[in-house]
Amino acid sequence: MTEPLAEHCYHCGLAVPAGVNYSQMIGDKLRAMCCPGCAAVAATIVGSGLGSFYKFRSAPNVLVNETSLEQYLDWDIPEIQNEFISENGQGQQSIRLFIDNISCAACTWLIEKHLGKLTGMESVNVNGTTMRAEVIWNPEQLRLSEILNAIHQIGYIASPINDSSDIPEIKDQTRQLLLRLGVAGLAMMQAGMVAIALYAGSFQGMQQEWQTLLRLVSLLFVTPVVFYSAQPFFSNAWRSLKMRHLIMDVPVSLAISLAYIASLYATFQGAFNASAGNASGEVYFDSISMFTFFLLLGRFAEQRIRHKNLLSLNRGNRLPPVTTQVFPPEHYSFEQSEKSARGEQSARSEISARSEISARSEISAYGAVIVPIKTLMKGDFIRVDSGQTIPCDGIVESGDTQVSEALLTGESNPLTKQPGDLVYAGTINGANPLVIEVSATGAETKLSTILKLAERAAMHKPRWASLADRVAAWFVGALLIIASSVAWYWYLHDPDRALWITLSVLVVTCPCALSLATPTALSVASSVLRREGFLINRSYVLELLPTIGRIIFDKTGTLTEGNLTLLHIEPAGESSSGNGSINTQQILGWAATLEQGSQHPIARALQQTVAGHIEQQQVVTGCGVSGLIDGDRFALGNPKWVAEIAGIELSDSREKDPLLTKGIEIGLARNGQWIARLYFGDQLRESADPAVTELRKRGLSVSLLSGDPSPAAAEIIQPLALCDYQFSLQPEQKLQTVQQLQAQGQSVLMVGDGINDVPVLQAANISVAMGQASELSQINADVILLCNDLRALPRAIAVAAKTRRIIKQNISWAIGYNLIALPLAASGYVPPWAAAIGMSASSLIVLVNALRISRGLRN
Amino acid sequence: MESLYLLIPISLVFILIAIRVFFWAVNSGQYDDLDSEAERILFDEEDDLSNLE
Repeated sequence: MTEPLAEHCYHCGLAVPAGVNYSQMIGDKLRAMCCPGCAAVAATIVGSGLGSFYKFRSAPNVLVNETSLEQYLDWDIPEIQNEFISENGQGQQSIRLFIDNISCAACTWLIEKHLGKLTGMESVNVNGTTMRAEVIWNPEQLRLSEILNAIHQIGYIASPINDSSDIPEIKDQTRQLLLRLGVAGLAMMQAGMVAIALYAGSFQGMQQEWQTLLRLVSLLFVTPVVFYSAQPFFSNAWRSLKMRHLIMDVPVSLAISLAYIASLYATFQGAFNASAGNASGEVYFDSISMFTFFLLLGRFAEQRIRHKNLLSLNRGNRLPPVTTQVFPPEHYSFEQSEKSARGEQSARSEISARSEISARSEISAYGAVIVPIKTLMKGDFIRVDSGQTIPCDGIVESGDTQVSEALLTGESNPLTKQPGDLVYAGTINGANPLVIEVSATGAETKLSTILKLAERAAMHKPRWASLADRVAAWFVGALLIIASSVAWYWYLHDPDRALWITLSVLVVTCPCALSLATPTALSVASSVLRREGFLINRSYVLELLPTIGRIIFDKTGTLTEGNLTLLHIEPAGESSSGNGSINTQQILGWAATLEQGSQHPIARALQQTVAGHIEQQQVVTGCGVSGLIDGDRFALGNPKWVAEIAGIELSDSREKDPLLTKGIEIGLARNGQWIARLYFGDQLRESADPAVTELRKRGLSVSLLSGDPSPAAAEIIQPLALCDYQFSLQPEQKLQTVQQLQAQGQSVLMVGDGINDVPVLQAANISVAMGQASELSQINADVILLCNDLRALPRAIAVAAKTRRIIKQNISWAIGYNLIALPLAASGYVPPWAAAIGMSASSLIVLVNALRISRGLRN
Repeated sequence: MESLYLLIPISLVFILIAIRVFFWAVNSGQYDDLDSEAERILFDEEDDLSNLE
């Protein structure tokens, strides 16, 4: 007996779609799997004896597609791998890989164990913080493609990465700050211990000799704190003063250095006057070390989040494809007599030169040579297989296929491309292999023109000064003025006490709490949002979010899934006899079986329901597919074509739903009888409607700017409560619309995914790219919505509003505390121990308040 | 109270040792991965799938 299957995938935690039946034995139970990808990964993990991973992991894994070694073979080509690989003396090669989807510590364990089992593997070292792996292997026994594929087999995507400049810098910065923090922490504990003795002494009385000794000891502890740990504050303050600009580090440095000098003076004055017994002045060694430690702790938390975002932003090199198949002219000339004759002379010599460079490049079937894309030239003939990204602009030479231009233009339905049609770099060939004559590469492609537009847009992006910076400049100025007037007043009235009172003013008002107020709140909020799948790349996002008045969505791939899905099945009417017993499950099974093995977008929409075996499969491009299943003859495709080959009449669709009739309509016939019509189209994301409703509820305007010219576009967004929408927009028009809104004083947040959205993302006050968006839009976006769940957007706005509230509370607390403490200190009523307690307590309150952001958001 | 003249230098020596060890640990990369190293000790070597929820 099998256990009743749970409805969530054991591997990735997603819901298992109805009618899907994958499972894997893990431990003593059969576990449900949502897709062949997860099932294959789970099988590999259990099969290689690493099943206890499922016991160790603390977060579900991320779903990946099934893999094949072919997908990584390009990485074995020397020109491509060379810039990533380094050799050591013993003939071993090493590479750094970015590993996507590492979610917990057990992932690093699993990857190290699994790779360690490959023959020829020397060492694997996975770092969960940086999401990078250092791999060393023996190239005689193991190839790079096999390593990348092995990582994919256990559910992670690895891509070679070349961040030689970033990583050591980040590592150095982290180590530096950690060392400074450690020194400050140790010194703080020691100085604190000594301070207890000193405070006790000042209450109960203490001999001058012992007081001086204890002060000297704490001086010894605190000196490295001032000269080593606090050094970044001094250099920042100095840099900002040189730029005639006041930042928080200025009063921080001032307080630390003045307190240190004054305590030094008090200590030695006490030592020399010990015999006289009239030592004056106080020491602030414990306050200095505690103050420095708290501030460094805040900086450390802030830096860790900044580095983590930086590291996950640089996701390695996986722009596919890195190679393409070029036809040497002599192989292609028989089909292409006229055109190749024109450029044959030059083209031939170039291609033979390139073949020599790539000594190991393989000759594929069809006589094409595999070369890296960067060597491609105008006039070359290249072959693009189905499912591949087209690497350049060009004219279709032969082939008949459907190309998805969704990323480039926002058009949701695949376009038919036949000889003579133009195709563009960055679009994806859907159905059949194509031969293309290259007309533009690199900087001349349509893709690059859009990117240049983006660069110009970025220059006009509104600037934002953070609240903390504005408050800081004002606060610092006021503080310096007050401190100097206090010093001046006491100098006139009681010169002996002037220094000590001024110092207590500086220590009491020390902007520790104020300088922690913003960074702590922002750090907590960023890490809360990262867990929600809302990855913030630019620091100003959180402060800017609550000021946003208008949210603009792109359609294809943002509000919608961005690929074809089955929307509806309409079984043929009961009037046709004998069809009454057919259910949708059977229809789906047949349709999927007919499309088996095809790369067509419709086949991909159906692939999860394959249930049978097809014979005599015949695919007619642009029309459909026919074949025998269990002896019955089926035809699936364009209803006109199906009617023709099945010899039946074309019946009208009974569906009156405009949304369906404007999508793609497919007919299914069995043995000369209609069975069903299937409707395909792009589908709204499940999260789109609740997200838009929630945003409207918050009083925001929500608009749609789509590049999609197809009539279905307007229908599909009908259920959403949008304020306004525009279709068929060029990237320039989208940009203009946003810039007009900004000129009217509106703050705009743009959510997009495609390359056509890059310029408008650059112009928006805040830009959000979807997690599955093109790499280009992700690099240019302020935020990446890793979870692809649009509901994260209103949640982020809520968190940002809460963060803003907390920052304001923190700042008003810090300022309020200073307003009370300052007059007391200025009039000379604050002893050093009270100053120290006040300072630490106000910092702690600020820290604890910042932690409140993460509370109450989990539901 | 004279014992302080002995005890304080001893504590100083210990602090110096602690700081040296800390510097060595950080510079040899032991703190480079603050996320996964802490849990590594919990992962068994042999594959044991009992008590899997």
